[in-house]
Amino acid sequence: MSEKITGAEALIKSLIAEGVDRVFGYPGGAIIPVYDKLYDYTDQLKHILVRHEQGATHAAQGYARVSGRTGVVIVTSGPAATNVITGLSDALMDSTPMVVITGQVASAFLGSDAFQETDVVGITQPITKWAYQIRRAEDIPWAVARAFYIAGTGRPGPVVLDLAKDAQTGLLEWSHKKCEFIRSYIPYPEVKQDDLQVVADLINVAERPMIISGHGVMISEAEKELAALAEKADIPVTATLLGLSTIPSSHPLYKGMLGMHGNIGPNVNTNRCDLLVAVGMRFDDRVTGDTSKYAKQAKIVHIDIDSSEFDKNVKTTATVHGDAKEVLARLLPLVNEAKHTEWLQTFDEMALVEQEKVVKREVFPESGLMNMGEVVHKVSKATGDRAVLITDVGQNQMFSSRYFRYTEPKSIITSGGLGTMGFGLPASIGAKMGAPERTVCFFTGDGGLQMTIQELGTIMEYGVAVKIILLNNNFLGNVRQWQELFFKGRFSQTPMVNPDFVQIADAYGIKAENVETREQLDGAIERMLAHDGAYLLNVNIDATDMIFPMTPAGAAVDDIMLTPDEKFKLD
Amino acid sequence: MEKQLYTVTVFSENQVGLLNQISIIFTRRCLNIESLSVSPSSIEGVHKFTITCFSDRVTMEKVVKQIEKRIDVLKSFLYTDDEIVYQEVALYKVPTEKLLDANLEVIIRNHSARILEVTREYTVIEKTGHSDETEALFAELKSYDIRQFVRSGRVAVTKSPIEYVDMFLEEQNRRKDNAI
Repeated sequence: MSEKITGAEALIKSLIAEGVDRVFGYPGGAIIPVYDKLYDYTDQLKHILVRHEQGATHAAQGYARVSGRTGVVIVTSGPAATNVITGLSDALMDSTPMVVITGQVASAFLGSDAFQETDVVGITQPITKWAYQIRRAEDIPWAVARAFYIAGTGRPGPVVLDLAKDAQTGLLEWSHKKCEFIRSYIPYPEVKQDDLQVVADLINVAERPMIISGHGVMISEAEKELAALAEKADIPVTATLLGLSTIPSSHPLYKGMLGMHGNIGPNVNTNRCDLLVAVGMRFDDRVTGDTSKYAKQAKIVHIDIDSSEFDKNVKTTATVHGDAKEVLARLLPLVNEAKHTEWLQTFDEMALVEQEKVVKREVFPESGLMNMGEVVHKVSKATGDRAVLITDVGQNQMFSSRYFRYTEPKSIITSGGLGTMGFGLPASIGAKMGAPERTVCFFTGDGGLQMTIQELGTIMEYGVAVKIILLNNNFLGNVRQWQELFFKGRFSQTPMVNPDFVQIADAYGIKAENVETREQLDGAIERMLAHDGAYLLNVNIDATDMIFPMTPAGAAVDDIMLTPDEKFKLD
Repeated sequence: MEKQLYTVTVFSENQVGLLNQISIIFTRRCLNIESLSVSPSSIEGVHKFTITCFSDRVTMEKVVKQIEKRIDVLKSFLYTDDEIVYQEVALYKVPTEKLLDANLEVIIRNHSARILEVTREYTVIEKTGHSDETEALFAELKSYDIRQFVRSGRVAVTKSPIEYVDMFLEEQNRRKDNAI
């Protein structure tokens, strides 16, 4: 009979058995036994002490999305558990594998409003893939194994394990067995050959097909299969925000990003194509605009691992339920070689208009204050278009995702579904830890940075070499833009009085500099990238700069504003 | 989209908190659950939920998919009334004295109801049937001063000869053998 160990130690041993070598967390009363045991395992399990529990979740998300591994968070009960809610919700929306372990009061106190007790499972059920309370030490190995299996397989998502204090101190005979099967859960459905044939037949007769590559392609690591299919049948590829970098920006068949601030070609051609092949995406309203005017002329094929997405927002012609990598690989031999030269040209024609009417003004201005787009363009170029882009939320997110260029997969981490301001700084910490060999560039605004600015402390403590580019316009820029365009320029609560960000970075021992004028920009970027450690550029941005093109909320995808006064028109 | 009464059945593992997981799927979509009944099913360890809801088919199909997406849910199905055999049970507590004035035999016979208990003070009548039938008895007894009335949630079995849950479990057993 093996020796008994405490639940706290069992948790740590089970995490290690699941291949975890790093956790993000913050100690507290109801999780102290785990932290006590962690003290003995620091050589096998590195703990990153964040400065706020929300930061732990976003760091774990950044880590997970850059590496494909499951991010792990350990926090205490009550307020710590409520502080992870935003990260859980974000991770569910953006299909991010994450296991969050929350401490909980001893099981005898459950339901008594004990100190730092909150109904974690009750609160988190709607925003997790699975939430489970562990009340007995002997359930720990089973629950941990199940949590990792659920979080990391199928459509990934966050899992909560709520660990009662007496389960941490109780004794058990520990042995860990990975979970490989749950009767009520089918993570990888068997792909039906008939479904594939239907889709192949649709592709083979299409004259104006278009592929939408979503986050699912990245999660499933189906980038090669996607490119192979597109190349064989000569199909233009467009990407959702989270699908960016699933195909290199320089690929001749890549025609740009969809959505409210996406490229004109893909958005307009959504309503001109005869076949849409959507892979690993969910027809979010920021992609579709008004669904009653979305791709009505087209047949729509939806390939996804989550069948509850089929016909949820957009009615489909055919669906394939399965993992993107397998589906695309098996489609390839069924699809005929084809050429769609004229159709492809229509994208390029619209790209020229966009270049002329939008990009030129934004990225290559000749005078005036600096624009966000030009800063992003220069940083991307200086990294050889090989860095990982982390964004915050708002104008900085749209400008950086538009003007950053992507060469390798898993090169964008952004809060897409939930749109969490403050996501970026901690996510960039996790991303750098998950891909230490890659340059990590984090674009943020003055609003979002201050929502989780305490994580500069984490950067300081662990020497995380994140490049922070603060696109500072002293405004909540995206709301400001809506106020200017749709609310008669009434800038209600959007101007911000800001601190000296360089001094703040300085206090954390992070190198930083102000970039006041365009002439200083190139040199500053060079110094930032040449520096070994973290670096902050506080870039003085024109507050009147607005993100275009823009499909107003609720408008059709091809109803596109090029400037406040000019709409895109097809010749 | 035309609205009608739908019956959703859910087969799940017996886990704490499943009712909450299922009910919030309705809540989030502003759907009112008309009736709900939960009990162990004929399959050991598997619980069955029977839920009725007034809505349109497209909405309900999405709801069923969202329910099935929950990890501990085995299967969920959507039915209209013509696809199932269903029943409800209703109890009526009526002052015995009042019933003495009624033609009780006719009422009981006409409604195929049963008397469960008679005391000096009150009589408890039971009626099983569809809701229009239990309502019809309610309407008739109303004039006799009903003191308490309660109606259960719907329970239902399918008319289909195929037992999809059994098939699913067999399929899953095969998968389990392959996985391990």
